[in-house]
Amino acid sequence: MAISRGFQGRRRGDADPTRVPPGQYVTDDFPVLSAGPTPHTPLADWDFSIRGAVDRPVAWTWNEFLTLPSETVTVDVHCVTKWSKLDTVWKGVSLDTLLDGVETSAEHVLAFCDGGYTTNLPLEDVTGGKAWVAYEYGGEPLEPEHGGPARLLVPHLYFWKSAKWVRSLELRDHDKPGFWETYGYHTYGDPWKEQRYQGD
Amino acid sequence: MERAALPRGLTWQLGSVVALVDETPRTKSIALSLPAWPGHRAGQHVDVRLTAEDGYQAQRSYAIASAPEDDHVVLTVERLDDGEVSPYLVDELRPGDQLELRGPLGGYFVWEASLGGPLLLLAGGSGVVPLRAILRHHRVVESTVPARLLYWARALDDVIYRDELMANVFGDSVDIRFTLTREQPEGWRGWERWTDMELLQEVTWPPREHPLVYVCGPTPFVDRATFSLIALGHEPGRVRHVAFGPTGV
Amino acid sequence: MELDGNGIAGTMMGVFGHEMTTEFGTCASCGARSMVGEFRVYLRAPGVVARCRHCGSVVMVFVEARGVTCVDLRGLAALDPA
Repeated sequence: MAISRGFQGRRRGDADPTRVPPGQYVTDDFPVLSAGPTPHTPLADWDFSIRGAVDRPVAWTWNEFLTLPSETVTVDVHCVTKWSKLDTVWKGVSLDTLLDGVETSAEHVLAFCDGGYTTNLPLEDVTGGKAWVAYEYGGEPLEPEHGGPARLLVPHLYFWKSAKWVRSLELRDHDKPGFWETYGYHTYGDPWKEQRYQGD
Repeated sequence: MERAALPRGLTWQLGSVVALVDETPRTKSIALSLPAWPGHRAGQHVDVRLTAEDGYQAQRSYAIASAPEDDHVVLTVERLDDGEVSPYLVDELRPGDQLELRGPLGGYFVWEASLGGPLLLLAGGSGVVPLRAILRHHRVVESTVPARLLYWARALDDVIYRDELMANVFGDSVDIRFTLTREQPEGWRGWERWTDMELLQEVTWPPREHPLVYVCGPTPFVDRATFSLIALGHEPGRVRHVAFGPTGV
Repeated sequence: MELDGNGIAGTMMGVFGHEMTTEFGTCASCGARSMVGEFRVYLRAPGVVARCRHCGSVVMVFVEARGVTCVDLRGLAALDPA
């Protein structure tokens, strides 16, 4: 390996192993990663729905969504491309709130997003205070390049599971891989077990 | 001899920095001596890879600024404010340092005299780099293909290869024009406009002459220019483009 | 950010073993045939995604896992030299 004299790259702070999973480095900036162009759905056209293996699908318009009880949370996020960002502040609606009253025996979720992106998660990983649909970041409305108007936020898994531009969750009896999972990324994606790729 | 068995451009090779030239306050040309270099064609690029002491690596693509016939392979790099690789290349690199790269890459965006013309080169900012390689090659082979460069820059200070381009060292069949979009010096008689159809129509040969067009610059610039050219009736197959984003970050 | 196929010339060289930007790809979604160098490429992602410039569908995906780059070409109906 040819070392480039004097090259350090992005500031990579000393990793506290209790907060930074293996193989990750901490970054101060907020990299924008995307598999396609940024969608720009007008709020008047936006809705969020929960459907699939449920008794009755539910949906909210943007205005209705903003009237739901919301939480402000501070979490660490870990991207599979190795950067981690600590103490990020988000405001959104807990998936527990959204799923409240939804009758289902489904165990799996497939998230659908504007632009066609999808990702899959176990239902139990988006309940119990572990997931939100977030619409504010750092006290400001979520910017389109970071997933605005709203994105999924599931900080205990690699950040590709926190799907940007989320529009609906399909509850399923059988798991179906989403976008990156189809192309070789891990079905579950636990950063603490470094589950980046299938077979990890 | 294992190296010879691998396809060209596949292996990473080491070069040493021979000279550094400040082109503008934000850009620098880096001349390299590359013992394993197989030669290149005007318009191609290389991937540069930097490795920190802890093994961390970062990689970016840079267009080759030199003609195939020039003595050294030259890269011209623009420093991006929040960049990771470009600040190192522009501010830190010294003569004698080693640089790891792979190439030449990109058969899509090459020009050589046998491809003919007329030749229209549209440069948005640092997109001028591979187009300058094309013009240098055009001069070395004494091509008589009519060629025209239209170079978009914010201000005169941002014009890379300013002396070379303003003096038009490239010969009679080459025509060079500038449009300075943000700030113009006193007495400036060139354009001040951003990309628009009228400007392109003034500059380009009509579609019936089948010009070969090379567009290089940031993605929005390339999109606008390419769209306008197609709308003016140019064949998509004769419009080549290389777009880079707020890339090399 | 968005680039064009030229931005992954190196990646493709590494996977296919030769220059790919001048090859023609036929989109499996809309049938448009264009040079690989013209695909819209999204580099900053867990993988590299190339999309058809006409319809936006995914035509190629490159994922580097454990030092090996895999390419998925299911979005292409055909890939052939000029």
